[in-house]
Amino acid sequence: MSAASDNAVYDVDANAPATPGAVIHAAGLTKRYGNTAALDRADFEVSAGRIVGLIGPNGAGKTTALKAILGLTDFEGELSVLGLDPRKQRPALMRQVCFIADVATLPRWITVSEAVDFVAGVHPRFDRARCQRFLARTKLQPRQKVRQMSKGMIVQLHLAIVMAIDARLLVLDEPTLGLDILYRKQFYQSLLEDYFDENKTILVTTHQVEEIEHILTDLMFIRDGKVVLSTDMDALGERFAEVLVNADRAEAARALKPLDERQVFGKGIFLFDGVPRAQLEQLGEVRRPSVADLFVATMKGTYA
Amino acid sequence: MTTLRTSSALSNFGWLVKREWWESRRGFLWAQFWVAAAILIFTVLGIIAGEVMKARVGDSVDVNMGVNLTQILREATTHDTVQLVKALDATMLLFAFIGATVLFFVVFFYLLGALYDDRKDRSVLFWKSLPLSDTGTVLSKVAAGIVIAPLIAVGITLAGYLAAQVVISLWLLIHAVNPLPLWTQAEPYGLWLRLLAMVPISALWALPTVGWLLVWSAAVRSKPFLWAVLVPIIAGVLNFWIGLLGVPHIRAEFYWGNIAGRLLLSLIPGSWIEPNSQGFHFRGASDLAIIDWPAMGHALMMPQMWIGVIVGAVLIAAAIWFRRWRDET
Repeated sequence: MSAASDNAVYDVDANAPATPGAVIHAAGLTKRYGNTAALDRADFEVSAGRIVGLIGPNGAGKTTALKAILGLTDFEGELSVLGLDPRKQRPALMRQVCFIADVATLPRWITVSEAVDFVAGVHPRFDRARCQRFLARTKLQPRQKVRQMSKGMIVQLHLAIVMAIDARLLVLDEPTLGLDILYRKQFYQSLLEDYFDENKTILVTTHQVEEIEHILTDLMFIRDGKVVLSTDMDALGERFAEVLVNADRAEAARALKPLDERQVFGKGIFLFDGVPRAQLEQLGEVRRPSVADLFVATMKGTYA
Repeated sequence: MTTLRTSSALSNFGWLVKREWWESRRGFLWAQFWVAAAILIFTVLGIIAGEVMKARVGDSVDVNMGVNLTQILREATTHDTVQLVKALDATMLLFAFIGATVLFFVVFFYLLGALYDDRKDRSVLFWKSLPLSDTGTVLSKVAAGIVIAPLIAVGITLAGYLAAQVVISLWLLIHAVNPLPLWTQAEPYGLWLRLLAMVPISALWALPTVGWLLVWSAAVRSKPFLWAVLVPIIAGVLNFWIGLLGVPHIRAEFYWGNIAGRLLLSLIPGSWIEPNSQGFHFRGASDLAIIDWPAMGHALMMPQMWIGVIVGAVLIAAAIWFRRWRDET
């Protein structure tokens, strides 16, 4: 636990007041299941018009955080979503918030046309014509039941419904788990091309970091119930650097306190946080770390 | 503004009930339909068997499959109106009785699964992604179980009765008997109206069972049936055991009749009917008088009715709370 805290080098200001226009503001967000804290005084903020990746190892509290945001679970601490309290104002909140929690959560007995009719009936911000346009691009048939669909088709239907809802916040929890690469690519491509704009915010968790890295505008790492890194992608490139160091400069590199060090083909790859670029360039070739490498370095020792 | 919100809440409720219909129409409609169809098929088979046997062994065969044909033929031929009405009432009652039995089982298991099945297959996450209140969701399931399903059952009872009359009329025509008296007797339709009027009374009476089943459906991680059924039975056995020790306990008859029975069996249509003076021995059509308007009025005066309504409302509120806060997915 103490090692984990030491690793939490990235500062997240716990006492910052909610930024006006923040879509999500959480301060001291805590959720306990028995003795274990799934969320442990987590602080974070999400602003409008961003695509935020919430990344963390299994059991870090990702899903609990999303459940709290969606008003599916009780919690301690402060949390406001679009200015509403998810515990008390859930129905009002869900007019503005959509979520796809996991693949294949559509009821198996429902048909495509029943699902569309129902959402059109109960959701004031649903645009049926838009939904039909999305569905027309797929092979889905109006009378087809969910139980007759593949996982990929179920997600297509769910996405067509969700993208036809003019919501301000879309929450995606492992939305492409178990899908083949064609469906995965299509999923994120549709979101970017047909859905996302500056008035919308997307919060996504996934283990397939590489696939969404290029579409994210912001990144949050969560570990042991705490948000240990919250940054936008531009700042990430300025703050973190990966340096390819020859063996003879390795000691000099270590002196600069790298976050992580690994060996590839006899060269050391060092990951630095907040070390001036000029200093690093003397050690070797500097490049932007991938989110996956940063993640692995940050989460070192999580399962140990 | 207020009216707008009310109307949208109403329309949402309409959609929620429609959803229950989509999901459960197989139980609500088709189970009823096929059982009524089976009675008709047996009636037709009975007619054919009767005709064949008559041709082979003579006139004295008593055919009694499905609807009681022999009696109807006798009364229709002898123009004995009183007896004919009884036979027709018995026909209506046959459809009503079988329909009520099917209804009980369908609704019992519907309610046990209503807040459980979608948690099991995780589709609750889809329903919860829509701007719907948990109160509306739970109440839509109550309405589907104790209003929609019974109304369908009463409708099928009438349809089955009319179809049986058509079959019997054709058969009478073959025997050169005028079937018109079958159609002009008003009593069976009166009985049907009383069955219809029973629906809201049975709905009120069923509330403790409805609430009890929904609570377990919303609360448990698995096996809602076992919880719902075993808890009152084990409590009853414990109560009996406490009695054996000589410690104050609930009288067994009261416990099984007014507590366990009400929590598990109040869904049985017409189970609120008080035993008549001869005890609760149902002898078919001749006892039909107990389904009458005074009996319904009497049911609405019983304290058991309204205590049950209160208990049911509390249990349903508990089910709504569980639906809102249960989180294990």
